[in-house]
Amino acid sequence: MLQLSVFLENTKGRLAEVLNLLAEFNVNIRALSLADTKDYGVLRVIVENPEEVAAKLKDRNCVVKLTPVWVLKVPDKPGGLASMLNKLVAEGIVVEYMYAFVEREKEQAQVVIRVRDVELMQKAIKKYNLE
Amino acid sequence: MMSQEELLNGLRRTVEQVLKAPYYQKKLAEVGIHYAGDIKTLDDFRKIPLTEKEDLRQNYPFGLFAEPMDNIIRIHASSGTTGKPTVVGYTREDIKLWAKIVAKGFRRLGITSKDVIQVAYGYGLFTGGMGIHYGAEELGAVVIPMSGGNTAKQLMIMRDFGTTVLCCTPSYALYLGESLAEAGISKDELKLRIGVFGAEPWTDKMRQEIEARLGLTAVDIYGLSETMGPGVSLECLKGVGLHIDEHFYPEILDPQGNPLPEGEVGELVLTTFDKMGFPSLRYRTKDLTSITYGTCVCGHTGWTMQRVSGRVDDMLIIRGVNVFPSQIEEAILSVGGIEPHYLIIVDREGPLDVMEVLVELSDASFEDEIRELEELQSKLRQRIENITGLSAKVRLVEPKSIPRSEGKAKRVEDRRKGKI
Ligand SMILES: [Zn+2]
Repeated sequence: MLQLSVFLENTKGRLAEVLNLLAEFNVNIRALSLADTKDYGVLRVIVENPEEVAAKLKDRNCVVKLTPVWVLKVPDKPGGLASMLNKLVAEGIVVEYMYAFVEREKEQAQVVIRVRDVELMQKAIKKYNLE
Repeated sequence: MMSQEELLNGLRRTVEQVLKAPYYQKKLAEVGIHYAGDIKTLDDFRKIPLTEKEDLRQNYPFGLFAEPMDNIIRIHASSGTTGKPTVVGYTREDIKLWAKIVAKGFRRLGITSKDVIQVAYGYGLFTGGMGIHYGAEELGAVVIPMSGGNTAKQLMIMRDFGTTVLCCTPSYALYLGESLAEAGISKDELKLRIGVFGAEPWTDKMRQEIEARLGLTAVDIYGLSETMGPGVSLECLKGVGLHIDEHFYPEILDPQGNPLPEGEVGELVLTTFDKMGFPSLRYRTKDLTSITYGTCVCGHTGWTMQRVSGRVDDMLIIRGVNVFPSQIEEAILSVGGIEPHYLIIVDREGPLDVMEVLVELSDASFEDEIRELEELQSKLRQRIENITGLSAKVRLVEPKSIPRSEGKAKRVEDRRKGKI
């Protein structure tokens, strides 16, 4: 799945501006995370039709990037996320970042994972039947 | 080759001539020079205060002319961005000398009376058009006085008249090249072989682009109306720089006005020899370059200057170090994927100058991991430090967030003004 990342300067109201743009484009944000430093941040979102949204944001002078990520269901039991991560680590996968979200209609906890080695991840997904 | 004594004689002749203008009499008297004979050594000459554009403005329009108006047969002027233009005058002999200087440079390029020279510099108060025109006529070539503009017609004439030498600004040459297809003319139909381009700064990349589009060898010509016009220096085909004509004495000075050794970059200051109507005495060109003395395989002996690398007015002095926006640009562009949109902010924190460089991020340089963005920042910081010798803060900003005026970006914001 492609995640949409947007570069944000740490100026007052900039995040709201970008979110307003997404609202204007009638984009539903399934999941969102924000990473930031003193001067800037990166907004990461999971949306429908990320390519189309990216093009529209570019037209409005945003710097955007589409990044391949995995959206995985987290087993619904204590230690579910930990056991899943343990498997990935055992396969030599380096997780760059991850963030969790819950979709209301399914009431299913899910996690967005960005890894360094895409091929290793593909193998692990198959091996453990993750989705 | 000019001996020291010949050099001093030439400088004395110029001093004698400028002393005909009361303004210079007063200015030189202040440093103890009343007669040309007071110049006994080069050090005496270096005591003479520099002449600036401002001196010309104060004496607008004809106050610095060294010959009576009766002997002046032509006026040129350069339009200042502010205030009155700077006006220069030429005697009949000056016009002949100028034509000879241009013709001599052209001859070094192998241009002869067999050539067809299209002059697409503007004709008028600007020296470009007529300066090249007279030089080309002196050579005995066929001159097409097109002046600037009217691109479709330029190209049609270029093809139909068999133009072999094109003279214009480099940006117009590029535009002519880009317009060929639209005019329905192919490069192969043209007979162009040499392009003489000047009157504005250009890069090697532009040169390659022009050469590829028009199918010619492009050379750089330098000059400014205050010292004559185009022809002060002209490249030869050996690629060693621009040979300065023997009627100009160049000095390269540091920001304090001290002479710099050969090869070091500083401000070019020019004095003319045997130019009568408007002699230039240590005129500040505000252009940055370096000069070397020697003999070139093309036959020129004397001073050779490098392509102008910037303007003095653009120079920043940060913690005592000279920094040019072009250096910052070079550093930024050396990191792949970065667009040349940046802003240099200089401020003072306590006793220390600090430099911050805002760099616009582009889609090509944006990575969504903070770690990679931080690596990009530190790479930019490193390059800037390598090239300027100064540490700088680098801040990544969004595209189009740096203010642009008239399509040209503002490069520097100096916030030190008013702070002690
Ligand atoms: Zn040469």
